[in-house]
Amino acid sequence: MNEITNTRHNHLIDPTMHVWGWEIPLYLFLGGMVAGIMIFTGVRMLRGKGEKTSTALSLLPWTAPVAISLGMFFLWLDLEHPFNAWRFYMAFKLSSPMSWGAWILLGIYPVSVLLAWITTPEPWKGLAREKLNGLPWVRSIDAWVHRRISLLAALNIVMGAALGIYTGVLLGTMASRPLWNSALLGPLFLVSGLSTGAAFMLLFGLSKEERLILSRADMGLIGVELAIMALWIIGLATGGSTSQGAVAMLFGGPYTAAFWTLVIALGLLAPLLGEWLELKHGAVPGKGTAILVLLGGFALRWILVFAGQATGWVSDIAMR
Amino acid sequence: MSDVRYGMVIDTATCVGCAACVIGCKTENDTPSEYSRDWIYTLLQGEYPKLRLTIESQRCNHCENAPCVEVCPTGASHYGPGGTVQVNPDKCSGCKACIAACPYEARYIDPRSGAADKCTFCMHRIENGVATTSCQEICPTSSIHFGDLDDPESDVSRLLATREWYVLKPEAGTQPKHFYLR
Repeated sequence: MNEITNTRHNHLIDPTMHVWGWEIPLYLFLGGMVAGIMIFTGVRMLRGKGEKTSTALSLLPWTAPVAISLGMFFLWLDLEHPFNAWRFYMAFKLSSPMSWGAWILLGIYPVSVLLAWITTPEPWKGLAREKLNGLPWVRSIDAWVHRRISLLAALNIVMGAALGIYTGVLLGTMASRPLWNSALLGPLFLVSGLSTGAAFMLLFGLSKEERLILSRADMGLIGVELAIMALWIIGLATGGSTSQGAVAMLFGGPYTAAFWTLVIALGLLAPLLGEWLELKHGAVPGKGTAILVLLGGFALRWILVFAGQATGWVSDIAMR
Repeated sequence: MSDVRYGMVIDTATCVGCAACVIGCKTENDTPSEYSRDWIYTLLQGEYPKLRLTIESQRCNHCENAPCVEVCPTGASHYGPGGTVQVNPDKCSGCKACIAACPYEARYIDPRSGAADKCTFCMHRIENGVATTSCQEICPTSSIHFGDLDDPESDVSRLLATREWYVLKPEAGTQPKHFYLR
């Protein structure tokens, strides 16, 4: 028998730690999606030069700075001392993924806004130029970015990848929370971000050719995501008692049903099947599978954030 | 103060779990209601009638390799005097990464300031020449010892040299400076 009593009663950590609420998974979801949008639009700029682009795809890069602002607003809501948020930018801590993240988020703005400006269709651009060209610095930035299209596309890919990976590394480097403590969380969040980014883009009026490219890419991404998830689970299940205790959250523990139905079945397998059927029957990829991918990506982060917080070191009872 | 390395030693053989250390700390440090910087953890093991009770007064372990300091994005959590781990509330944004990173669940958010808070090893006393922490001073069985781990003549060093001891979660790799005597 091991009977523990504890007088701590700190509501943030007893009986299980839960300091991060709904704001964090929502931010991680938006951050991953933005990473996907930035990478896809960056690749399109590099490889699809001169190709006909639908109006929807030309305008989609603007969703990156908008969605990341919304995500950062949720992060800000989570802060217990929100008016000290500027302190993030008074330091750079090499050992702190959150510090890396703060600076990455700052870098997202110029590269995503400038790329969005480049891809904006001419009539809109002309209108904006008419309004803003009185300002000389606007004219010189406008001229500069149009000479540096490849550089900005590459920067969007690099910054998008950094954003996607860091959101996973942020959780994955916490040894105190064994469900998160895996180097695979970085690539998992990046691939899931790419998949949700593609799905988000499919919600808009893209051309048939664009839809086919994104839908095929998404099938590959879902496959890779399933493989990384399998490795992550195998890594935990074959680890020590702490890791085994953590993965039990998804195998019989309180998050089992949610994880297997919302993430694996509805979020990954169902859209994979749907996209395969669309491809097989020559149908234009629709929005149904995209909505499932988005719900699955959100469910993954929601479950990971909450289940992970409830895990910890389990071996210390034997130490006395 | 860099030539000092503060540590705490708790004698579980004499601790009765009265929680005077908890009350002493709350009074000295004016912690908000429903939060405390130290607490009593009891572990009852075995089968009746062969039972074994371990009582521990727990708090921040002031780790040599502190995950809370590593993850802090603003530098609010830092290594302070004598190798202790401290929080500068003016730099803290309340992101709670340190709370998630602490294997000992020693931290909380002070609702009055929004900043992370925890045991300071009573540095406001020690730095001003008071020889004891408040939990140590109030302990009726003198089970709490505090001092310089690098000084072989100190109370804590002599106890660790002569008695059997353990630390909490050594496998976490945090190298705690908070010890328990068996």
